[in-house]
Amino acid sequence: MSTWTALVYLGAAVLFILGLKLLSSPRSARRGNQLAAVGMIIAVVWTAVGLWGRFTATGVAVCVAGLVLGGAAGTIGARRVKMTAMPQMVALFNGVGGGAAALVAVSELLRLGAGRANPATGFPSVFAIVVGGVSFAGSAIAFAKLQEMMTGRPITYPGQQLVNAVIALVIVGLAVTILAFSNSPVVFTLLLALALVLGVAFVLPIGGADMPVVISLLNAFTGLAVAASGFVLHNFALIVAGTLVGASGSILTKLMGDAMGRSIASVLFGAFGSVQGGAQAQAGADGRSVRSASAEDIGTMLAYSRNVIVVPGYGLAVAQAQHVVRELAELLEKKGVEVRYAIHPVAGRMPGHMNVLLAEANVPYDQLKEMDEINDEFRHTDVVLVVGANDVVNPAARTSPGSPIYGMPILNVDQAKQIVFLKRSMRPGFAGIDNELLYDPKTVMLFGDAKDSLSQLVAAVKSA
Amino acid sequence: MIAQLIVEFTYFVLAVFVGIEVISKVPTILHTPLMSGSNAIHGIILVGALVIAADAHDPLTAGLGFLAVLLATTNVVGGFVVTDRMLEMFKSRRTNAEAQKQ
Repeated sequence: MSTWTALVYLGAAVLFILGLKLLSSPRSARRGNQLAAVGMIIAVVWTAVGLWGRFTATGVAVCVAGLVLGGAAGTIGARRVKMTAMPQMVALFNGVGGGAAALVAVSELLRLGAGRANPATGFPSVFAIVVGGVSFAGSAIAFAKLQEMMTGRPITYPGQQLVNAVIALVIVGLAVTILAFSNSPVVFTLLLALALVLGVAFVLPIGGADMPVVISLLNAFTGLAVAASGFVLHNFALIVAGTLVGASGSILTKLMGDAMGRSIASVLFGAFGSVQGGAQAQAGADGRSVRSASAEDIGTMLAYSRNVIVVPGYGLAVAQAQHVVRELAELLEKKGVEVRYAIHPVAGRMPGHMNVLLAEANVPYDQLKEMDEINDEFRHTDVVLVVGANDVVNPAARTSPGSPIYGMPILNVDQAKQIVFLKRSMRPGFAGIDNELLYDPKTVMLFGDAKDSLSQLVAAVKSA
Repeated sequence: MIAQLIVEFTYFVLAVFVGIEVISKVPTILHTPLMSGSNAIHGIILVGALVIAADAHDPLTAGLGFLAVLLATTNVVGGFVVTDRMLEMFKSRRTNAEAQKQ
């Protein structure tokens, strides 16, 4: 690597770090992303220029074709995706990065030729192939689950963890073979194939609710795979940028797990809510009655309250109801009602996802309150409107140590004077457990699709 | 050889600390854009993809190089564009809120 290349890569690395730093405040976040993009353009263009003498005619054709097609796919995908479908789009973009890292390592092993691989190149190559392959296939399954191309429920079968352990062991065996005996194309092709199988097997038993944590984890994986490719190619930019993402992605994964009250181990090996939760939900639903009310009654109640807190959940996102909820909030404000939104850290499908959705609907930024900021306000609140949320307001997280969600931080909706639930049915949330709050005497239910129910409420408030 | 490995390993260890430090102070509302933005940054693998694709000389190396460049470019471009789309809304919302106040 020439001195100039080293300095250019250093500049790019600084831009990545500054970019990540600026991304941590809403005011500067967009600039941060743009700064990182500038760093990327500099690094890529300089690399292409530096390779000038080495390009074969085929090489030029291959690179141009890949850049044009990949650029088009990325732009179209990113521009067309609906904001509700963003998590799976991020999963997809992450997966292809992991795939690229694995392919770079495969090419290097191919170049080295048969024989024992030198550990300094062989070890990171094997690592990049396995981790990149797992990230690629795992992200594809995460995409399929969130896009509802397959069931979002955990897919489990007897002896699953044993099968996964056997796959992992064979992968270790193949890696040792490459490092100690023979770096033959047959062996590393098999290694890549098994890494893909492991990626699929590892995400299958994880339910839709835990998918954000998995995507974040796979994002960190891709970062590490990229860093490993950097060790293979002795490329400073890949090592530093990949490691930055690997480290920050791991922290982000842990933060998300904390927000959901779930350890990473239980996300990966727990098969959440598949068996245990279902049984509890049935046991809880027997005999007790819930109070439901008409949209007119609830509309009147909202219009004549002093303050309302809206708790948006995933049901709101699914129903694409963010615009209607803003319309309702504006109507109420015109009538002098104070309206705020309480955003649970994991509302929507990813931490921060609900903020993005509401921002798209032009909900004013200062009405969005984070959990810690608003949790003490519920006791002074006349009406809480829970739209398509369930587990994040379930008091069982505070009160019943046996519950799977015990210990998860929740919104203190139960302290409000009146609670309105907009829900499609009495079906429990992702966690698969019953919610005591639905049977509370201060709770009324309005059953139906969130968007329809909100439209009815808008009409009711208008005439109230 | 060993000296170079040590230097590279040093970059790695220091980058781990920087990565952790930079992320620890991020508010929850920015987690999704942040994940997406860091997702775009690991698209730096495009640099590696170009390096291996540059001297493609037979169908196998050309195929591998093409796929690697294609996937990496999708990662970079898609990652930055989708993140910008998310953050653009944060910005327009703030200006909207300010406009409403005035």
